[in-house]
Amino acid sequence: MHLDHHLESSAAVSADARRPDGTRRALRIGLGGPVGSGKTATVAALCRALREELSLAVVTNDIYTREDAEFLLREAVLPPERISAVETGACPHTAIRDDISANLEAVEDLEDEVGPLDLVLVESGGDNLTATFSRGLVDAQVFVIDVAGGDDIPRKGGPGVATADLLIVNKTDLAPYVGSDLARMAADAKAARGELPVILQSLRSEDGVREVADWVRERIAAWTA
Amino acid sequence: MTRAALLVLADGRFPAGGHAHSGGAEAAVRAGRITDAASLESFCRGRLHTSGVVAACVAAAAALGVDPGQLDRAADARTPSPALRVAARRLGRQLMRAARATWPSPELDALASRFPKGAHQPVVLGLAARAAGLGPLDAAYCSLYEGVSGPATAVVRLLGLDPFDATGVLARLSDDMDRVAQEAVETGERVVTDGVDVLPARSAPLLEIGAEAHAAWAVRLFAS
Amino acid sequence: MDRVRTAPGGVRASARVLARGDGRGGTVLPVLEGDGPLAVRRTRGSGAEARVMLVGAMSGPLGGDHFTVTARAADGARLSVGSAAATLALPGQDKAGARYDVRLGVDEDAELNWLPEQLISADGSDLRVTTSVDVASGARLLLREEQVLGRAGEEPGRLTSRLTVRIDGRCVLDQELACGPGAPGGWDGPAGLAGHRAVGQLVVVRPGFATGPPAARVFEEGAAVLPLAGPAALVTAVAPDALRLRRLLDGALASLD
Repeated sequence: MHLDHHLESSAAVSADARRPDGTRRALRIGLGGPVGSGKTATVAALCRALREELSLAVVTNDIYTREDAEFLLREAVLPPERISAVETGACPHTAIRDDISANLEAVEDLEDEVGPLDLVLVESGGDNLTATFSRGLVDAQVFVIDVAGGDDIPRKGGPGVATADLLIVNKTDLAPYVGSDLARMAADAKAARGELPVILQSLRSEDGVREVADWVRERIAAWTA
Repeated sequence: MTRAALLVLADGRFPAGGHAHSGGAEAAVRAGRITDAASLESFCRGRLHTSGVVAACVAAAAALGVDPGQLDRAADARTPSPALRVAARRLGRQLMRAARATWPSPELDALASRFPKGAHQPVVLGLAARAAGLGPLDAAYCSLYEGVSGPATAVVRLLGLDPFDATGVLARLSDDMDRVAQEAVETGERVVTDGVDVLPARSAPLLEIGAEAHAAWAVRLFAS
Repeated sequence: MDRVRTAPGGVRASARVLARGDGRGGTVLPVLEGDGPLAVRRTRGSGAEARVMLVGAMSGPLGGDHFTVTARAADGARLSVGSAAATLALPGQDKAGARYDVRLGVDEDAELNWLPEQLISADGSDLRVTTSVDVASGARLLLREEQVLGRAGEEPGRLTSRLTVRIDGRCVLDQELACGPGAPGGWDGPAGLAGHRAVGQLVVVRPGFATGPPAARVFEEGAAVLPLAGPAALVTAVAPDALRLRRLLDGALASLD
């Protein structure tokens, strides 16, 4: 359910779009959201879907060291040198929003070491509903919630739900089991987000990440245009 | 000389990466050596008078214009733990980015091109202070305060220590910080004339051992 | 920051050792001299190595004394220096501090093993030790320092010990331990010694470390192997007592091979 596209949103970054050598740097997309909503699984699925067509890398921001990075390594979605873990001192929201210095260094090191890159996915460790990425770090951000976390989350809103460039409602396959009302979630999200897109996804289904991957492809096309 | 710039540079929210580091407190908590406000205070005091005074002297000397390359090598020799050298350079690199964005200066640009992966944090701090129009005493204070406020903040998160108690610890360290900051400026001035060998070299064995133990953990909250 | 003043009435003593390769695979000692309470003896060495023992160190240093030991392994020498007993820092009558300075040098094709027994800081003593080592590139060094804070059941004296190692003129290690009454605050706290009464260091310089440095690691909780910024490693250790300290250092050293 791809509600809308809004590509000309001023996802302009304070970070320079050019690298010191004058080349265009990679597009950076942040993925945030509450604990257990499926951020890492979405990153893994995106890597599998896009790795043949794009040069990509991942930065994780764990609460504990390297948990998410280890998962991605175990799943072998990318070669290990394309995955970098930032340590956050138990505060991923600080590392992705208030003090982005460690993340910027991780992104730049990846470009230096395995570049040129088309896309860097910056994943936040599970945090609260107010955790958003700095525009100095990412060009676009995705907020991932899931149906099992309560179908009232879109209604409650918060900066992540309301302002992310893309909202993913994950684990739709679980809705019947946890008594979540998908139609209501979609309607509440629409009300909270206006024209900003929402995708309902289940990674259990064949090609479950396709819609999100398409959204990423469009961002890439706009970035390199 | 501007006093307000000191507040900007010393602010715990200055975006230079400090929030992810515990200054050795996480290792000391795990080892059962920090359990309450009293042991936190003893830890901070020990840190202040060892790696803290060394860092403050390096920062003061850098603020006085001593060659950053020489100071960086001197800091290496005074930091035997490779985990602590890595942490110091990482923080130096992050501070370099924040300082260049905040107080653009040719000296910081030159430092960044000489040390693209980061110089020791106190070296960068001294040059950042210069760029901000601050002096060696300010650089020393910033360095000392960061060196104890980092562990105090971390212990609030690690132990659930009462934040008022943790802040009280910092207040009780004020006299020591005042004395060491003065000493750091005098040492920095001697470095200008006599070279980096006059820098102090005081060390804390358990900080070094603890840093290596911490670096080997698979699961931890802080980067150092 | 040099708080120790030595009194004019104290004993000044020095010992000097110079070792040189004899050109036939052995080591000769053209200089082997000590005065006052510091005496040096050649003992039986093994193979190409000359072995020297510092004796008489038991008698000091007292407050006001100033001892200096100089040793150099030159021109293909293999020199090993030990001590007959632990060195005991004792209080002097005039309350002035004592100094003990060690100056070591190793030439590029030489090897020095500097392995004295412990330094014990007795209650009421005030000693400042400086150990300065100049190592040429290509040389080998093994240096051990052990500080024991107080005799059994005794409070420690004031001890400041600075260890500086240069390789090819470049300083790779500069470390000072300050402990005991009057030392800067927190020396015995969670960052410093946390109640441990024995602390020690091994410095190992091997040309092979330039390309294959040892991995940093913690050894049995109380010790860490720390590769330095140069072809050298430091082992630093803390222990409840001298016996366990020696065991830690020996174990960590063996793990380097």
